[in-house]
Amino acid sequence: MKYVQTSPTDASTYASDVDSLYAFLIGMSVVFTVAICGCIIYFAIKYKRQSDADRPEPTKDGNLLEILGSVIPFILVMIIFFWGAKLYFDARIPPKDAIEILVTGKQWMWKVQHPNGKREINDLHVPVGVPIKLTMTSEDVIHSYYLPEFRKKMDVVPGKYTQMWFLPAKEGIFNIFCAEYCGTEHSLMGGKLKVVGQEEYEAWLNRRWVDGQQMAAVDSSDPTVAGKQIWDTNCAAACHTGRPGAIGPNIEHKFGSMRKLEGGDEILMDDYYVKNSMNNPNEHIALGYPAAMSAFKGVLNNTQMNQVIAYLKSASEVAAE
Amino acid sequence: MDATEQPKLNYLNAGNTVKSWLFTVDHKRIGIMYLAAMTVFFLIGGTAAGLFRLELATAAPDVLSNDIYNRLFTMHGIVMIFFFLIPAVPGVLGNFLVPLMIGTKDVAFPRLNLASWYIYMAGGMFTLAAILFGGIDTGWTFYTPYSSVYADSNVILAGTGVFVTGFSSILTGLNFIVTIHKMRAPGMTWMRLPLFIWAQYATSIINVLGTPVLAITILLVVFERTLGFGIFDPTKGGDPVLYQHLFWFYSHPAVYIMILPGFGVISEVLACFSRKRIYGYEFVAFSSLAIAAIGFFVWGHHMFTSSQSEYAALIFSILTYLVGIPTAIKIFNWTATLYKGSIELSAPMLYTLGFIGLFLVGGLTGIFLATMAINVHLHDTYFVVAHFHYVMVGGMMMAWLAGIHFWWPKMFGKLYNEFWARVGAVVIFLGFNFTFFPQFIAGYLGMPRRYHVYDVAYQPFQMLSTVGAVFMGIGLIICLITLVSSLFSKKTCGKNPFHATGLEWNNADSPPDPHNFTEPVVVDVEAYDYTDERIYEDS
Repeated sequence: MKYVQTSPTDASTYASDVDSLYAFLIGMSVVFTVAICGCIIYFAIKYKRQSDADRPEPTKDGNLLEILGSVIPFILVMIIFFWGAKLYFDARIPPKDAIEILVTGKQWMWKVQHPNGKREINDLHVPVGVPIKLTMTSEDVIHSYYLPEFRKKMDVVPGKYTQMWFLPAKEGIFNIFCAEYCGTEHSLMGGKLKVVGQEEYEAWLNRRWVDGQQMAAVDSSDPTVAGKQIWDTNCAAACHTGRPGAIGPNIEHKFGSMRKLEGGDEILMDDYYVKNSMNNPNEHIALGYPAAMSAFKGVLNNTQMNQVIAYLKSASEVAAE
Repeated sequence: MDATEQPKLNYLNAGNTVKSWLFTVDHKRIGIMYLAAMTVFFLIGGTAAGLFRLELATAAPDVLSNDIYNRLFTMHGIVMIFFFLIPAVPGVLGNFLVPLMIGTKDVAFPRLNLASWYIYMAGGMFTLAAILFGGIDTGWTFYTPYSSVYADSNVILAGTGVFVTGFSSILTGLNFIVTIHKMRAPGMTWMRLPLFIWAQYATSIINVLGTPVLAITILLVVFERTLGFGIFDPTKGGDPVLYQHLFWFYSHPAVYIMILPGFGVISEVLACFSRKRIYGYEFVAFSSLAIAAIGFFVWGHHMFTSSQSEYAALIFSILTYLVGIPTAIKIFNWTATLYKGSIELSAPMLYTLGFIGLFLVGGLTGIFLATMAINVHLHDTYFVVAHFHYVMVGGMMMAWLAGIHFWWPKMFGKLYNEFWARVGAVVIFLGFNFTFFPQFIAGYLGMPRRYHVYDVAYQPFQMLSTVGAVFMGIGLIICLITLVSSLFSKKTCGKNPFHATGLEWNNADSPPDPHNFTEPVVVDVEAYDYTDERIYEDS
């Protein structure tokens, strides 16, 4: 039998960074607990009441205890604060070369879509050694995507897109849990993260059948092709024509660039921005253009929006080369 | 007291009819009515916990269906938080003691005080109705859009219960603030107030400022459910995360509403059983106010993974550490109070020392959770469950039991069996640690909370928890029997059996006169003057 584990297996370098901070916190807690409880037990024995006539001398209040008692904890918590905040910010900013995978939560399953359109339910296949960025949303209530072996978790919120990233450092099978209570079968919502070798991942991505069972709703068509079709009929035909005097800005080859907005702000044209513009067109108005875009919420479904994004992304990559 | 003599008039024998209780405006009787009602709610909440703890002993589902499990942990949370932890010390001990401790005959608004009890009961009835009609499965946090759109259970009834009972907290808070400001006896200056009063004062401020926000939030959930408001529902343009901001704006300060009165109890008991003035009285008094103030600005630490801004998370993290400083100050001062004292390990003192140890662990693990990178891993796991049970049960419930044992002779004029009371205290302390310590480990290993079925790797920890809970239950039963059986004993006690300082012990009988004091009260000593020989005279 395995020895009793006190921390989960670490499946990334980030996990061991978190564990170091955790170990520091444990050390500090043990010191304080032993010191305080030690004092209490020692005093309770040493100054035990001997007779009902005992009248202890009053102690004079001094400021030394109050000063030390504020300053020492303050210094300690500031060290912990900066340490924890640094790790947190590192863990929030995804690297540029991350593979982007879309995750949709619904009661009580995870729907996953890979860059080539391949889909899976609950489980997630990723190649080892490559950073993975998950762009997530929910179809109903709040869920939370939790990878304990990676010490990472992010809520999956209806009506907005959240993201998390991780770097699988070794091959293996790890837990995926839903951490935010989401109703009757909350505890059954989850799957396995399967970290496999690069070639195995490629092979898996392009395979239609696994173990004689059909993969759930494999979408074999290239999302960029379907995306271009939607773009041409819905977006480019009337508005984003790319010609002078168009009612919408020319953005067909601009994915990944900074866009100027009315009011002087700039915004990065990324997955989130594009999807948000389709859902809530008036939240950000492009500089020099009227707030005339109609919302595509309910017109295009989630998959179709993702196809448009895939197309814009590929069109911009071509333009960059 | 001479056995042949007619018993003295006191608040208990001043009237024996049901009507004399239900229409009383005596703060002491209202306190006892809270005690009776609260014990029932505590038993309901405890039974729910017992049932789902049994289920959690093994990884597989065996006793309860997932739906029933969800309803039980929700019921446990709602009943324990809104009907036990929040009103326990203010409702029972606060009502009974605030006028006695400051030397006045009642609270400033006695009728409002009675109304508060009825409002509390009305809220309780709504919640009980929600349970009887099939329960509610949203968790005590009522997170949207699950609660406002998707849940198929009695959200409206339970929400109304929480909404209504909140007014009882607001009115009690108001009553105490006015009472403490305006009705102190001559000579009872602010710096002579018992620390229990300082703690009640700080709590009352949070109650008055924070509870209305919860009321509004719950009302919005009810409106969204019934009328289809789009406040939180994203399909109508609402924001579910807004709900979390509003909810925790109250519910984090509510943690201090629950624990601050407990701090007050600890200071009183500790001083009495070490016969020492609390070390650094001013620091302990003002740290309560500091906690109340800073506590209002840390709510976002419940939302580090919620998709709130990373920069907001940064601010909430640093403020959370700052609230830890006055809390640390209290612990250091309590420990220093024991130094060169005359320490008696009576039952209330055992609860009090247990409190310091357990609350210390609860506070230190709070530092873990305030640390952003650690929080991301631990949020919504059993680590959080263990942390807040160390604060709420290890802290608050132990303080509550310390207070009940300490003032029991004052409330009823009877002494309980000291031996069995100590046994109860030790069994509860050990059972508590067996129940909740393993959950820290299960949490760091990644077990999410509110899981009915779980990965078998976590089973040893859950099994230990269940066994510990049995011991804790036995301890609580011992404690309950010891206290209740003392009521039937013939032996009465004098007005100050523990030789404590304070007007409630030295100027009022046990049990006190209906008007509290039979002679005018004038205060001429500092708080916790254990060198004053007058407190050792009568017992």
